[in-house]
Amino acid sequence: MNKITKNIDEVTIRFAGDSGDGMQLTGGQFTTATAFVGNDLATMPDYPAEIRAPAGSLAGVSSFQINFGATEIRTPGDKSDCLVVMNPAALKVYLKNLREGGSIIANADNFADKNLRLAGYESNPLQNDSLGRYQVYAVEISKLTQNALKDLNLSPKIVDRTKNFFALGLTYWMYNRPMEPTLKWIREKFAGKEDIIEANTRVLKAGHAYGETTEIFTVRFEVAPAQLPPGRYRSITGNEATAWGLMAAAKRANLELFLGSYPITPASEILQELSKYKNYGVKTFQAEDEIAGITSAIGASYGGALGATNTSGPGLALKTEAMGLAVMLELPLVIIDVQRGGPSTGLPTKTEQADLLQAVYGRNGEAPIPVFAACSPTDCFDTTFEASRIALKYMTPVIVLTDGYIANGAEPWLIPKISELPDLSPTFVTNPEGFAPYKRDPQTLARMWAIPGTPGLEHRIGGLEKENITGNISYDPDNHHLMITTRGEKINNITNDIPLAKVVGDESGDLLVVSWGSTYGAVHNAVETKRNEGLSVSHLHLKYINPLQKNIGEILSNFKQILVPEINLGQLIKILRDKYLVDAVGFNLVRGLPFSAVEIEEKIDEMIKRG
Amino acid sequence: MNTIPIYTTKDFQSDQDVRWCPGCGDYSILAQTQRVFPELGIPKEKVVFVSGIGCSSRFPYYMNTYGFHGIHGRAAAIASGLKIARPDLSVWVATGDGDGMSIGGNHFIHACRRNIGLKILLFNNQIYGLTKGQFSPTSLQGQVTKSTPFGNIDHPFNPLSLALGAQATFVARTLDRDPKHMQTVIKRAAAHNGTAFVEIYQNCNVFNDGAFELWTEKDSKDDNVVVLENGKPLIFGKNKDKGIRLNGFTPEVVSLTDGKYTTGDLIVHNEKDSMLAFILAGMSGIPNLPRPVGVVYAVEKPTYEQLMQSQIDEVATKKRTGDLEKLFNRGETWEVK
Ligand code: SF4
Repeated sequence: MNKITKNIDEVTIRFAGDSGDGMQLTGGQFTTATAFVGNDLATMPDYPAEIRAPAGSLAGVSSFQINFGATEIRTPGDKSDCLVVMNPAALKVYLKNLREGGSIIANADNFADKNLRLAGYESNPLQNDSLGRYQVYAVEISKLTQNALKDLNLSPKIVDRTKNFFALGLTYWMYNRPMEPTLKWIREKFAGKEDIIEANTRVLKAGHAYGETTEIFTVRFEVAPAQLPPGRYRSITGNEATAWGLMAAAKRANLELFLGSYPITPASEILQELSKYKNYGVKTFQAEDEIAGITSAIGASYGGALGATNTSGPGLALKTEAMGLAVMLELPLVIIDVQRGGPSTGLPTKTEQADLLQAVYGRNGEAPIPVFAACSPTDCFDTTFEASRIALKYMTPVIVLTDGYIANGAEPWLIPKISELPDLSPTFVTNPEGFAPYKRDPQTLARMWAIPGTPGLEHRIGGLEKENITGNISYDPDNHHLMITTRGEKINNITNDIPLAKVVGDESGDLLVVSWGSTYGAVHNAVETKRNEGLSVSHLHLKYINPLQKNIGEILSNFKQILVPEINLGQLIKILRDKYLVDAVGFNLVRGLPFSAVEIEEKIDEMIKRG
Repeated sequence: MNTIPIYTTKDFQSDQDVRWCPGCGDYSILAQTQRVFPELGIPKEKVVFVSGIGCSSRFPYYMNTYGFHGIHGRAAAIASGLKIARPDLSVWVATGDGDGMSIGGNHFIHACRRNIGLKILLFNNQIYGLTKGQFSPTSLQGQVTKSTPFGNIDHPFNPLSLALGAQATFVARTLDRDPKHMQTVIKRAAAHNGTAFVEIYQNCNVFNDGAFELWTEKDSKDDNVVVLENGKPLIFGKNKDKGIRLNGFTPEVVSLTDGKYTTGDLIVHNEKDSMLAFILAGMSGIPNLPRPVGVVYAVEKPTYEQLMQSQIDEVATKKRTGDLEKLFNRGETWEVK
């Protein structure tokens, strides 16, 4: 039978099914095979919000989306081109996410009465004409799986558990992915359980062969390898990258890493990840609450460790007072906020960018803290490392903002050489001669770091206002003003230590789109598309929110219009207006979802038209 | 081997002017601490005093050691992080009934539960002093304070019972007006491995004067205080003529002179008996029973920092010292040429 191969640049696939259908595993395997081919990629899991939603229900749907291509991939993809659904509920939940004309591969065996009812379908969508706008492949995945394993004498439960490999094999055929990485994984994962190895292997191959031999599939796709910088890669999620960034920073600083933490969605993986590395100079402390999480980290920093704490919005609110203490004490501390939908408990499993003002301003008194934002899963590593560098060099707490979207998303990461990362070693004071706790480095204005255990340097610090240099308690009005301005100046000095901002596109023009955090990918893609169409639009992405880079004002002044898309009601825009008096326009959708590039493109069109 | 310098009390006095109200019980606590420290055998630079907010929390400024004046209620949490990061340090927490039992209650109970090596000195004056006279979680029912003009309706905490309930391994009580006793108790706390909790009755002569008079004044204390000594029967009274015996599980005062009971009938203190500890702690607040002071409970249990270290050692033996470069390259990786 003749099959056509089509070359395409970029594809987005979503695997969706019941939580018990192994969709995360399927997606993970597809990701490995795709990385193996050399495509660039980005992935995004979507778990049910409830821990144990009933099987077959809408609430129980779990999915995994992967966007891969022959060119640079910056987001897990907007709409999918292909939707693999293991049951009607999965179709119901994700159909709206499938592009017009996209393909649906459905396990037809699961589209029976009870499941249809649970998903709210009155009749079988695979059999009526409701899916006319899509390419539907109704495949009897369960039966075909059973047939493939007929002679193995396995329990029906085990047989049923392998059916996701049928779907995986089929998509491997469709997108021309190698099976070998998955076969290897099966052999390693189930070592010693020969029958399970045999079953999974057979089913995977059966899925592949089904695409190859049956007539319903006429087209397969080829996605050429991407041009990525050479080196060794691995897949990494944002939360893993954050944890590893902290470890790398501590290593390069020659310090022990201490994480004080309290479980909170979607930040807990950072605590879990770091708790594995007892033999890497990492101490994790699951504290009794968020406040103890940060205050224990401050205590550890005081003792000479790299103190860090991780949380999400509600936890950041609880840590507020302690952050002010760290400002006053002038001790290094890395605070990670994996943002989620707020206010209050809000949408714990969904993404949002609404903690920006809380991070920049949310403290009593004048308490400036540097705020850096990561833009992608792998950038979480760089941003956390950079935050640690600044924290140690300037003796200050630093807030790192990530969010649920990039924390859970994954992409290929060019593995760095530890020895090539910057040296962050701090200098502890040891000489009592001329020591004073609040004596500062004239350049950075950072105070001296003297840790307990050092003879002759016994001194007291605390949250009461300090006298300049001596650090003694002082209520002197002029001293208070001096200390307030000095602490502010110290943070502003950081602008001398960070690279200048770079515009993507022309340095001047009709429209500048300014983004921060996880909207990077969507904005970048949208601006690229519009530039290719000939529009005069450029992109400025900010990692450094506080302090802003030196040349931001100048960049902004070179554009007729400024657009600031944010997943909040306009927070960065307030800072930009305040600092640069620019007439920027916000684009704000707060749905718990990332922007799609198309949404940004439409907004760009609208702004350019208006002129 | 490093030898520890010979210190005097003076070595532990900082250059800061002490700013408590004249006559405040805090002065005695400071004096006894400074007196005891030279005898502890701990190099001065290894000592850290951590505090929260309140009159008591000024304490670190006056000790010429490392000191950390934190924020309200959080001293135990700050100190926990410090002790975990630096098990080599001798970490002390100076706190009060408001700081440690109210806003910091959560950190206090969890520090006890973990048996982390902190020495917690609770300056209990049954009032908020620094904020000028509101009731605290240890204020008595009915107590008239600035915020309870018609009398306090809250039930007070019994700090000893709270600490025992939270699994503390060392629980003691002493009094600001009994310097010798306080010195012994502080020394015992210093020597304890794990969380050591010491409640100190501290007179706030400005906002709650005389709260502990009955147990500290010369003419009343002997008949109202029973000093606990390990292995000894509970005898008290000016003439050592009274004792405490158990009637069922209920302690009661008996006379040793009316011929009904002898010392053999009395409770013999056993610091390691947790059930007895609960009974002794519970004596506080019961009318007609003397207040127990001294070490109520002291047992050895692995500390948090020891358990953490042995876990680290165990993992390090099994998996060797971690190599970050190897970790990053472990598992599924691929090469792009
Ligand atoms: S207010 Fe009371 S506790 Fe505070 S210093 Fe004065 S006397 Fe002491």
